[in-house]
Amino acid sequence: MTWDWNAVSEFMPHFWDGVLVTLQALALGSLIAFALGLVWALLMRTPTRWVRWPVGVVTEFVRNTPLLVQLFFLFYVMPEWGLTMSALTTGVIGIGLHYSTYTMQVYRAGIEAVPAGQWEAATALNLPRLRTWQVVILPQAIRRVVPALGNYVIAMLKDTPMLMAITVLEMLGQARLFSQQHFQFTEPLTVIGVAFIVISYLASLLLRALERRLVH
Amino acid sequence: MTTGLWELVLKGIWTTVQLLVLSSLLAAAVSFVVGVARTHRLWIVRFLAGFYTEVFRGTSALVMIFWVFFVLPPAFGWQLVPMWAGTLALGLTYGAYGSEIVRGALGAVDPAQKEGGIALSFTPWQRLRLILLPQAVPEMIPPFSNLLIELLKGTALVSVMGMGDLTFSANLVRLALQQSAEIYTYVLLIYFVIAFLLTRVMRGLEKKLKAGVGKAPERKVTAPEPVGAGVGVGGVGGGAS
Repeated sequence: MTWDWNAVSEFMPHFWDGVLVTLQALALGSLIAFALGLVWALLMRTPTRWVRWPVGVVTEFVRNTPLLVQLFFLFYVMPEWGLTMSALTTGVIGIGLHYSTYTMQVYRAGIEAVPAGQWEAATALNLPRLRTWQVVILPQAIRRVVPALGNYVIAMLKDTPMLMAITVLEMLGQARLFSQQHFQFTEPLTVIGVAFIVISYLASLLLRALERRLVH
Repeated sequence: MTTGLWELVLKGIWTTVQLLVLSSLLAAAVSFVVGVARTHRLWIVRFLAGFYTEVFRGTSALVMIFWVFFVLPPAFGWQLVPMWAGTLALGLTYGAYGSEIVRGALGAVDPAQKEGGIALSFTPWQRLRLILLPQAVPEMIPPFSNLLIELLKGTALVSVMGMGDLTFSANLVRLALQQSAEIYTYVLLIYFVIAFLLTRVMRGLEKKLKAGVGKAPERKVTAPEPVGAGVGVGGVGGGAS
């Protein structure tokens, strides 16, 4: 086994470019996943099953099929339907949509965990429905689910390499490009492997600190 | 789509199923060995098992696949058949997630059960085999069921390495037909059907195992643990608590 430090130092500038794209995709994807997940969770609570049923089927479908195929679908089918987006945008939407079906269940659990007394108090105070959600239910529900949402951010981080398959040059994409140009596979792949472990470990430490503050 | 292209898709399904079966067997073996090792009385065994889990859970499955395909061959001088390389990468990664499930379920067995085993002077191996595992395994089935679905989704990753699985055959069909909506819709549906069948099988298995220890399967709704959850945060309870 040969290890070439020169290759590592040559790879480093590309590596940082990749980290930037990865984190960008992660941040935007998380925003979509958090927002859309909340929308799904609220739609699943509407009284008519004509809303609940389609939302349930669609989210179940998205959750149980591979993100990679979904990315291919978005990347190749959307332009056929006349909607052309950049690879990174496609990837962010794909990853956000996929994980929104997970965060939706987290929100649901959080909403269900709000004590019934809170609902009753809101009714007793004659709060309108929208206001009940805004100031009573959601602040309590979201506070509870922050750690679980954070777990999904870490899970998303580990799925960002899939964006490479739709030509996004994130960490793995940069590593592959560099390997193919220089015929050195060991160093770049090992560097990003270690980088993933380090980033997800730091993120988990951050998450634990956040959890202590929020959930006490 | 012509019959020739459907044949391609069928071959893809076969490869995906083979890979799924092999890697889930490896993942199950790794889960139990590492999960049980994390409850071992020697600290060095616990440490090594914990280290394994942290490393393999910390990195991405796709990066691991690249590593097994490109770094292992020159490093050790042997080239793996793609099927075994894919099995190895997926089995080791998902086995690390599974080991957390095994450890959690072993830890959740009533301590009095273990003490009872000690009082009856069972050896550690007997305690594990006759007391802990029969009670812990039924509890593992629902999380393992989720993990199996994640593994099914993970098998799509090997297509990036040019292995002819279902996703790869979809890409070939797209190139052949120059249109993508139809084939990708079919392939997503096929994955969904496989996932649905897997959950049914696992539910049946849970029922059977729970009946074996005199418990009825409970159908409570909880948020699933994120399978990709990061290093060391597996214990974060989520919103349901």
